[in-house]
Amino acid sequence: MIRSFITYPLQFILLVLVQVLVLNNIQFSGFINPYLYILFILWLPIETPSWLVMVLACFLGLSVDLFTDTMGMHASASIFLAFCRPGILRFLAPRDGYETNQIPNLQMMGIVWFISYVSIATILHHLFLFFIEVFRFSEFLSTFGRAMASSVFTLLLIFITQLFFYNQEARK
Amino acid sequence: MRNLISFINKYSFFFLFLLFEVFAFYLLFRNNNFQRVSFFNSTNAISGSFYESYSELTDYINLKEVNDALAAENERLRSTQINSFQRLFGENIMVKDTLFKRRFRFAKAKIINNSINKQNNYITLNIGSSNGIESGMGVIGPSGVVGVVKNVSENYASVLSVLHRSAKVSAKLKNTQYFGSLQWDGKNYKEGILKDIPNHVHLTEGDTVVTSGFSATFPEGISIATIQKFVKPEGENFYDIKVKFVNDFKNISQVYVVKNSYKLEQVLLEEQSLKEDD
Repeated sequence: MIRSFITYPLQFILLVLVQVLVLNNIQFSGFINPYLYILFILWLPIETPSWLVMVLACFLGLSVDLFTDTMGMHASASIFLAFCRPGILRFLAPRDGYETNQIPNLQMMGIVWFISYVSIATILHHLFLFFIEVFRFSEFLSTFGRAMASSVFTLLLIFITQLFFYNQEARK
Repeated sequence: MRNLISFINKYSFFFLFLLFEVFAFYLLFRNNNFQRVSFFNSTNAISGSFYESYSELTDYINLKEVNDALAAENERLRSTQINSFQRLFGENIMVKDTLFKRRFRFAKAKIINNSINKQNNYITLNIGSSNGIESGMGVIGPSGVVGVVKNVSENYASVLSVLHRSAKVSAKLKNTQYFGSLQWDGKNYKEGILKDIPNHVHLTEGDTVVTSGFSATFPEGISIATIQKFVKPEGENFYDIKVKFVNDFKNISQVYVVKNSYKLEQVLLEEQSLKEDD
């Protein structure tokens, strides 16, 4: 319990820094941009109260916004993700429910569960974010395509990050 | 009343979501409303100084390209200097030149934050009102137009990049002098659109598009882009022209802010004429 008071703030800061300093500068071919920072919301323990997830998501989005000059854009998308999270967890729940102290990551939940959880969440978040950014439906297909392309890159990065920690945990 | 409370209780999570979203959208709209001098903004002191130290670190990576661009610019400027012209007549004549008066001055600035991947891109410069920068001044790079200064704080300036959905640059074709307006369609950071060129004009791919000098923001004849592709849409009077920007917005770091000494005079005069119309 006490450990999580250190690890989660640390995760928060690390993910925001990686997002702002590294990933925002990648810009593959000008329009694909991975948003790894949502991993913070995804990694929160399953029994975290949903209001707390939402408050944390709001702060997370605002911190990213502060550096990209898009006040409110990432915040609204992160809040949307926090809103969807309980629904996704319920949708993917095992038959006899979740155990206590479970964290939705690869090593605890297994690869199939993790892939579906992360994919649904990432695609929802990116669609919301990209449509908020253009703020019109007239170029639906182009926006949809950009959201999907970025989702693929975000998912790729999430798996790389997850595998990176997977090895460390296994060695312990 | 009890029903209302139980209703709110039942959907409390949804209401919490709405509350948070309203807050986020309030921020979003307030910033989209061209009111960007707000508390949170990258021109503010915290992230401004943060970005400055960050860009000091990353500048080394681009040093070679920047040096090359600056050297090329020096070469061009040197070739226009007086000592690169040969005197044709031997006499020493002193001419006090009253034909020319300085109209534009340039201030050198460094980009400390830049983006190309959004629909509305902004650039942050390391100079601000203490260096005489004002909102509305033009910004040009080593090879062409970059944007227009939007907001200024004491030490930083936020520039509306050409890569902004509502950016419009008054442009003309260098060889035929027909003018139109140059915009960005939000797709590729290398390409823009030139509008309002009538379709009787003869165009060729590779024609240069330069600033028209109408708006008093930029001097006349600064290059912006070259024509990449053009089509005549049927039943319309204007071309659809796709242009390629001469600046690589992904890789610029040194820019110049253009100060026009006569801007106020021109703007006031134009406004007065418009007012008399009404």
